[in-house]
Amino acid sequence: MATRPSSAATARPRLWLPLIEKVALAVAVFLPLVLRGEPQLVTLATNILILALLAVSFDLCWGYSGIMSFGQALFFGVASYAVALIGRDLDFSQLAATLPLAMAIGLALSLLFAFFLLLGRRTPTVIFVALGTLTGAYAAERLVSGWQYVGAGNGLSSVKLMQFGSYEFVEGADFYFLVLALLLLVYLGCRALVRSQFGLVLAGMRQNEERLAFLGYRVQIYKATAFAIAGAIAGLSGALYAYHQGFTGPGNLGPGLSTTAVLYCLFGGTGTLIGPILGTVAIESISYFLSGSQTVKQYWPVLLGVLLLLVVAFRPTGLLGLLVSTRERIGSFGRRAP
Amino acid sequence: MALLEVQGIQKSFGALKALDGAGLRITEGSFHGLIGPNGSGKSTLLKAIAGAHFADAGTVVFNGQDLTRALPYERSRAGMSLKFQITAVLPELSVYDNVLLATQAHQSPFSLARSRSRAQLHDRVMEPLESFRLVGRADDLAGELSHGEQQWLEIAMALALRPKLLMLDEPTGGMSPEERRVTGELLRPIKSWCALLIVEHDLDFIRDLCDRLTVLDHGQVLDEGTVEEIQRSDKVKKVYTTRE
Repeated sequence: MATRPSSAATARPRLWLPLIEKVALAVAVFLPLVLRGEPQLVTLATNILILALLAVSFDLCWGYSGIMSFGQALFFGVASYAVALIGRDLDFSQLAATLPLAMAIGLALSLLFAFFLLLGRRTPTVIFVALGTLTGAYAAERLVSGWQYVGAGNGLSSVKLMQFGSYEFVEGADFYFLVLALLLLVYLGCRALVRSQFGLVLAGMRQNEERLAFLGYRVQIYKATAFAIAGAIAGLSGALYAYHQGFTGPGNLGPGLSTTAVLYCLFGGTGTLIGPILGTVAIESISYFLSGSQTVKQYWPVLLGVLLLLVVAFRPTGLLGLLVSTRERIGSFGRRAP
Repeated sequence: MALLEVQGIQKSFGALKALDGAGLRITEGSFHGLIGPNGSGKSTLLKAIAGAHFADAGTVVFNGQDLTRALPYERSRAGMSLKFQITAVLPELSVYDNVLLATQAHQSPFSLARSRSRAQLHDRVMEPLESFRLVGRADDLAGELSHGEQQWLEIAMALALRPKLLMLDEPTGGMSPEERRVTGELLRPIKSWCALLIVEHDLDFIRDLCDRLTVLDHGQVLDEGTVEEIQRSDKVKKVYTTRE
């Protein structure tokens, strides 16, 4: 039987990603203790974790599958409206039902988009998918802005508190730990997927889609699957956001938030799962702490744009690329032979 | 029965007629060379057979199946395998993972998500790596290989699919004479289980490897026969002496 060689390459240490993941998890677990007495910062941290879910969902599309989705906010926003409406009209907000429902809505909606944008006979171009998803997000934002049943331009406020049995989740450490647990589950699930043999197909597809078609892969199926999973994660994120903020509005469906998710990923580093989370933490934290100054607040979007142009131009692998090599970022796939 | 029967293929790119009724016939286990002057339509015919281009007219029947309108992945699953003219390995994946990607290609996405088959496929991955002298580089990134090694890796990937027909578009392009000789040696053993259709400029390489040749000129078949018959063909001599 042929044996696996032991070349110098196998012995290369892979230090940074596991270390960064462990440090990030430790910081996230102990943060509410450190921030005791600073409830507004716990609220900020919860918000960041919720948006990090959206960033991970975009990264699954772009960083792993080569799908430039400018419509992740659409799945996020529709799910947020759905749980807000269920709370308002049915007086129901049990998380055991509404969060899976939000994921199912994100999944179904993304599958619908995948049917039109990804599942054609020939593989679509990146631009076609980007414009298709952007158009969807823009159209949805315009639609709800004029629809009185969903609050039109004012959105839906006073969203019913999320419940588990008779327990109600309000802003604070409980909500934070719930979101952290969900983010951890999503993270581990996504990591299992992208490190599986399925993930190897995604990695190959990202590098040369045409080559994979000639190897016998129907790449559209893999793209649609990754896009649908990402849609479900965005849906979960949107529902948590509506419950946490007590509000959802047209801005949660549109190109603005979709683009912000792109920026989280590019800034943190696409093609790793921890990169988008760090990008969300960095951008949202800087945004929060600089918002005290009126001048900075006014020009923040411009500063953000310039910063990101610099990152894309000089460090396309994002913040994480400062430490993590290409080799480590790509990693290995599936269970190796003993 | 022929393994591959290609008839009357026409393909135009705007005003340029690249193929004008070209065709060929390959039997199981035969090594077939496709030669002709530059611009004669060799690579275009190969791509039309593999599905990279859809022919404007004509038919491609493979192993009894009409694949004329089939997509590349359908042709691959039917048993065709193509190595591109420009090397198309996946540079950011390891050499091992490049071959694994080919080996697992016909499994379902669900099965791949569970990663159950990697250990089982290990021997099937190592086999072509051993055949093409790449075992020592298995853990290196494909992009770190020399040009010749990348060509071998791509042939190894194409063979890892266990095709009935391997199509190679200028596999020795950019190789040293020694690498060309070795490539010929590496390809000969597959004859027992796989047919070969090869486009190549190196006529010595083709002559040593192939049983039959098809000569194209201006998108049409100029001549077809055994290597000896083609070497004696006045039509072919005329084209090569006046055009090359």
